[in-house]
Amino acid sequence: MSLLSVKNLTVSIHDTPILKNLSFDMQPSQVFGVVGESGSGKSMTALAMMGLLPGGAEIGGTAMLGGSVDLLNTPEAVMCGIRGNDIGMIFQEPMTALNPVQTIGQQVAETLVIHGQASKSEALKIAREKLNRVGLPADRFPLDRYPHELSGGQRQRVVIALAIALRPKLLIADEPTTALDVTTQAQILDLLRSLVAEEDMALMLITHDLAVVSGIADHVAVMQHGEIVEAGRTDDIFRNMQHPYTKQLLKASGHVPDRTPQTEDIPILEVKNAVRHYVLARTGLFARPPPFRAVSDVSFTLNRGENLGLVGESGCGKSTLTRAILGLEPLQSGEIRLFGEPVSPAMPNALRAGVQVVFQDPYGSFNPRWRVERLVAEPFHLMQTPPTDSQARVDEALESVGMQSSDKRKYIHEFSGGQRQRIAIARALILRPELIVLDEAVSALDVSIRAQILDLLAELSDKLNLSYLFISHDLSVVRAITDRVLVMKSGEIVESGPTNDVFENPQHAYTRELIAATPRLPEGVGGAALT
Amino acid sequence: MLRFAATRLISLSLSLLAASVVIFAVIEVIPGDPAAFMLGMNAQEDTIAALREQLGLEGSIFARYFNWITGMLTGDFGTSYTYRVPVTELVLARIWISLPLAMFALILSTLIAFPVGLIAAARRGKPADMGIMATTQLGIAIPNFWFAMLLVVVFAINLRWFSAGGFPGWENGFWPSLKSLTLPAIALALPQASILARIMRSSVLDTLDQDYIRTARAKGLTRRQSITRHALRNAMIPVLTIIGMQFSFLLAGAIIIENIFFLPGLGRLIFQGITQRDLVVVESVVMLLVFAVITVTFLVDIAYAAVDPRLRRRA
Repeated sequence: MSLLSVKNLTVSIHDTPILKNLSFDMQPSQVFGVVGESGSGKSMTALAMMGLLPGGAEIGGTAMLGGSVDLLNTPEAVMCGIRGNDIGMIFQEPMTALNPVQTIGQQVAETLVIHGQASKSEALKIAREKLNRVGLPADRFPLDRYPHELSGGQRQRVVIALAIALRPKLLIADEPTTALDVTTQAQILDLLRSLVAEEDMALMLITHDLAVVSGIADHVAVMQHGEIVEAGRTDDIFRNMQHPYTKQLLKASGHVPDRTPQTEDIPILEVKNAVRHYVLARTGLFARPPPFRAVSDVSFTLNRGENLGLVGESGCGKSTLTRAILGLEPLQSGEIRLFGEPVSPAMPNALRAGVQVVFQDPYGSFNPRWRVERLVAEPFHLMQTPPTDSQARVDEALESVGMQSSDKRKYIHEFSGGQRQRIAIARALILRPELIVLDEAVSALDVSIRAQILDLLAELSDKLNLSYLFISHDLSVVRAITDRVLVMKSGEIVESGPTNDVFENPQHAYTRELIAATPRLPEGVGGAALT
Repeated sequence: MLRFAATRLISLSLSLLAASVVIFAVIEVIPGDPAAFMLGMNAQEDTIAALREQLGLEGSIFARYFNWITGMLTGDFGTSYTYRVPVTELVLARIWISLPLAMFALILSTLIAFPVGLIAAARRGKPADMGIMATTQLGIAIPNFWFAMLLVVVFAINLRWFSAGGFPGWENGFWPSLKSLTLPAIALALPQASILARIMRSSVLDTLDQDYIRTARAKGLTRRQSITRHALRNAMIPVLTIIGMQFSFLLAGAIIIENIFFLPGLGRLIFQGITQRDLVVVESVVMLLVFAVITVTFLVDIAYAAVDPRLRRRA
């Protein structure tokens, strides 16, 4: 018998259809993967199972849990008894998923107390066991730790502990590893896999990442526009996919843009023994605050026409290094030269005009009250005299990124995430710089959009002979678009070399660890992701 | 936590020292001779000289500052020129009205605002919420002196439950004194409660949007439990800030209310000090108020740390 049997699930919010006629079954002790891009309705499916849809949602269909309870037609008071007890749920953002003013012990124990399964002291004892189970041992993670004292991966373990505290039959995980580094992601996925095997629990794993699903799920459903377009056993789906959308998704996740490397032997960016440290918080009123070396003794050269990748996990110092290269922060020692001129916060505007940047967040990096023409033309303030043909240059920049010149009259909220990132690239191109810094520029995009933007970047670098410094935590993207790669860890470059050599034959243990942790599609599927 | 308190205490003392320098300097840079200024235009030369002597205006600026500070530390705030009595006496007589009045108003305001703000947040967009929002809007808009007079008309003149003003003195009994502070406290509390209730509402609503509330709901907490167990404590930080600011305001900002109810409080004292050019009184009372404000800020800082563990490490 199915653990969960969903028939004709339909959800609309204020008359906008969100989910259309969804039907699927989940078996006990199996992993059911739900894959789709943003807006496909995968999170709404999870929230519908939990009875936690936002206000104004109209629901139709049935979702039978254990053959007896219809989750879609159960009163709220009964649902409170089911949540946490029969179904546990974990979320994408571990940094904010825990209450900052309660200890981790209290928060795990609360699941037991709220369902009347244990007294306060018993609950704390069970909380201890559960935290041990998810890999947070008592000596390093006592119950009275607060969430802010833990890293993202450790917090996600706490969230898992409180979700499994009552051994629910069903665990729903909504993008549980998307906000985590690859090595942490691999550990969390291992933990989830072992919980399913040992605790007799079924897992609904929601993700945008086909490679993650392929490594863990028994069954997969692919969602698009609120519908399941294809579903089946994972092996079957990956071996023999039918629906064009699934094929497109797979193709996009392993997409390698077509480009002709044309590196000349002329250095345009030289970083020599760069050191940047921060001052940490004071430990006492008169104590000298300890320094933190974010970038320590980093040296590299970027040549004209080259695509250079910089990979590393969060906290490795890549953002600090980027800010120093852009001349936004000073170095404590060493030097950075751009076109032979020294880079510093005091550098002249003419030099700044030679390097432009595209950031990660296509939503936060634009002033919402400006029209696109003003946003794109903004870098002109770096020139002594703005060009007389500035309007024509805005048109040209927009057209070169595949937008229309008529888009310049619009405001930024009228565009999708992918379109915004195109506009950000247009803004970076307007001064015709030689070097563009791409700081996680495609990390927030869906795979199919990401493939388009990568193609655009490749095309632009071929056409305009641009150099890129491509900063990312995503190894497959870096592999697809760069000629040479630097691997950064704890403020230092631990390995560098031609991209293919580094990926084929990594020398440093950390590089090998990173590559091993990256989820990969099954052999022979979808082409050249990381195989 | 102790270390946090200790470091805050040191920075509190430093702020006090800085404030004393500023207050002293401001009085010093007032153009002309303070003694001549206090006595007006037609004063005789020898009268001014006598006052200068009496005010301790002779000697170097550092010596005078030092005398002023050491005097205050030993409880000697100088002698008021207009009242001809030590300022300490004047302040002591009034602080036992102003301080209880401020506390009374603050307690009332908090007692009203917390439940009202919580109910509005829990019933967001429903009639209860809309009613509360409209009422608090009115509470902010109504001038408190007008509301005070309304209270006097209804409760003192018509119903005769309270006296229309005056203060019997604590030595004549606790309850009669408290009773005479009730109407002024209500008049002071109304706008404060309205502001605080709105802050409380928006702060709780902000925390209800947080991811950890969703986590709590996924654990099986009801909506109400997620508010009381998780949202409330997190919502306290902005509320505590406002409470701290309100206390400082209530302590010295009650001049009009004190006048309406004939209460001899600090607000009236400083008002009289300014109009009668009694710089000794102004200087000392302002310093005292600065002390009160800084102390309250310190207490609010300690309360922050008690509420939020993330602040305990930072000094």
